[in-house]
Amino acid sequence: MAVDYEGKKIGMWMFLFTELLFFGGMFLLYAVFRYRFALDFHGAAAHENIVLGSLNTFILLTSSFTIALAVSAMRQGRSALSSSLQAATIALGAAFLVIKYAEWSAKIGVGLYPNSPVLLQKNPGEILFFSLYYVMTGIHALHVIVGIGVIACMIIFTTRGKITSKKPIMLENTGLFWHFVDIIWIYLFPLFYLIT
Amino acid sequence: MTKRRGTSRHPSFYRDQGPYKGILGWLMSTDHKRIGLMYTLALLSFAAVGVCAGLLMRLSLIAPGKILTAQTYNEVFTVHGIIMIFLFVIPGIPVAFGNFFLPILIGARDVAFPRLNRLSWWLYLAGAVIVLVSLVLHGRPPDTGWTFYAPLSIESQANISVAVLGVVVLGFSSILTGLNFVTTIHRLRAPGMGWFRMPLFVWTLYATGWVQMLATPVLAITLVFIILGRFLGVGFFDPSRGGDPILYQHLFWIYSHPAVYIMLLPAMGIISEIIPVFSKERIFGYSAIAVSAVAIASVGSLVWGHHMFTSGMSDTARVIFSLITFVVAVPSGVKVFNWVATLYKGSIVVCSPLLYALSFILLFSIGGLTGLIIGALAPNLKLHGTYFIVAHFHYVMFGGAGFAILAGLHYWFPKMFGRMFDERRAKIGWLVLFVGFNCLYFSMFILGYQGMPRRYFDYPPQYFTGHLVSTIGSWITAAGLIIIFGNLVRSFFKGKQAPANPCGGKTLEWRIPSPPPTENFERLPVIKGEMYRFERED
Repeated sequence: MAVDYEGKKIGMWMFLFTELLFFGGMFLLYAVFRYRFALDFHGAAAHENIVLGSLNTFILLTSSFTIALAVSAMRQGRSALSSSLQAATIALGAAFLVIKYAEWSAKIGVGLYPNSPVLLQKNPGEILFFSLYYVMTGIHALHVIVGIGVIACMIIFTTRGKITSKKPIMLENTGLFWHFVDIIWIYLFPLFYLIT
Repeated sequence: MTKRRGTSRHPSFYRDQGPYKGILGWLMSTDHKRIGLMYTLALLSFAAVGVCAGLLMRLSLIAPGKILTAQTYNEVFTVHGIIMIFLFVIPGIPVAFGNFFLPILIGARDVAFPRLNRLSWWLYLAGAVIVLVSLVLHGRPPDTGWTFYAPLSIESQANISVAVLGVVVLGFSSILTGLNFVTTIHRLRAPGMGWFRMPLFVWTLYATGWVQMLATPVLAITLVFIILGRFLGVGFFDPSRGGDPILYQHLFWIYSHPAVYIMLLPAMGIISEIIPVFSKERIFGYSAIAVSAVAIASVGSLVWGHHMFTSGMSDTARVIFSLITFVVAVPSGVKVFNWVATLYKGSIVVCSPLLYALSFILLFSIGGLTGLIIGALAPNLKLHGTYFIVAHFHYVMFGGAGFAILAGLHYWFPKMFGRMFDERRAKIGWLVLFVGFNCLYFSMFILGYQGMPRRYFDYPPQYFTGHLVSTIGSWITAAGLIIIFGNLVRSFFKGKQAPANPCGGKTLEWRIPSPPPTENFERLPVIKGEMYRFERED
């Protein structure tokens, strides 16, 4: 049976809708708590490392660029180029995670993590800010890890000839997922780093 | 099994196993009919467990303290709720009848993503196993009620995390099924089947699919917050850490009210299929019924606040939620009027599927109209914490979705299993169930109106009579269910072989053999004209 290109595209977009609603629950909590504890949130955001945050934003945006290039290369039939661009995306995603790890470690090092004695001494709004920070960036990081795994599979499929210029749909859908993960970060970045 | 084999050229899907043998030939199958049948069996088994828990609760309520302790009572009603809601009635009609009939009804060979469909089935099994494990694991079974309200669910010593994890896995299964069905309906309709030629059951599955996709993720993230709260002390619902338990209720009902329509919309779809077939009349107001399904799904997503009128909300919010609640009643009413108008001047054949469909209309109307009583602000304040809600809920869920499942089971039994069932026993079973059901739940309306609080283990003596009537009703209901399923099981083994179209249906499933061959259609059908064309015999 022929591959239903449109059908697979529709399916992927619907999956992204569900992902959006999944994150939507978290953004809803953020909105309510930020409205209630605006000052606490502004104060707590000062603890964020804006340099590392900006660097991560730059890295993730670049990775979206490389995966888009990988899809274009595949459409033109340049499989080898596409594979290396996919590998570059994985490398950038990994770099994002390393920096995220450094940020988390620094915070945990000064005792800022959910349920920590240091955090529980702070104002309610600050406790919520850091809880939201860990939950939202944590679940986002999980998506980055899943995305890296999926792109790794795509590299294998590309080298085995399962993805070609005539059948690029799996790679295109992977690209869509990666862009989605990127877009979530675009919102997380200002909400946690830029509201001081 | 000889009669279920089909012909040698077109073996039925029971016989054609693919590469695997025996039980693996079923578990590894991507055939939508096999998956649908396995779901049906699993759902009904879990429902049996849920019924037993319900009977036990009712028994305990006529002699509080003599049969169950208060703690065990809480556990039994939580188990009853979790199993009935998450393992039976939410997946219910879409996974059982939707899987089996959606591709056939639109003239396709399978769903859009057959392997994803199998994954949904495995996830459902995994989620069910995790939920059941939480009941028997070391420690206590969940005791919070099926709603897992915070802060109780964060603080309870019972196995909440395991149960909640199981529900999240079931949610993934539900999302993937919805995604699969919506894509199937978009892409795989047979040539000539435009949107407004689709059978109405397909319309309701379409609306349901969207609700499954857009509402379920919100429940998933909410339940993840509970797990995080229990393990990491993330206090989004804990006032001592700035959180707010009311937010849990909002997030929970943002999913769980639309979930009511996940259960009910496809039920309405089944009724819309059955009524025209047994009144030999084309369905009245086809497009109104179709559009009202989508309207219910979209407006129904905006009414969750009416579950929380007494939890603390601004008056403005309450008035708005109450108003939208009344608006949802309009498309539901449109459907009821259209069914009744279809029956008008039809050549009605009183068969068991129609009896279930008619009792659906009655019981759903009672459930729906009492829904308006508690959807209005003033009566809600009096009735919200009482048995009135329990009665309303069961009239909609059991009298609605449950009766529709039984209607569909009898309507499609010959097609699914290739055998005819005993019509006389089916009617007796229906009558006993109908009487028992009303005895069981109508008494709860009265109890609730008199002020009997829900969820309570014990009560003052003036409520005893009501509870006694209700408990006797629960035994009659159980007897009815035993007659109904005894008849179906017996017919599965001993029934006469079913013809392709025993009750004169016009939709595509009746144009292929019973049970259907693996590939459904020898050649994909081309649709000319509408689906519900019945010749007038006057």
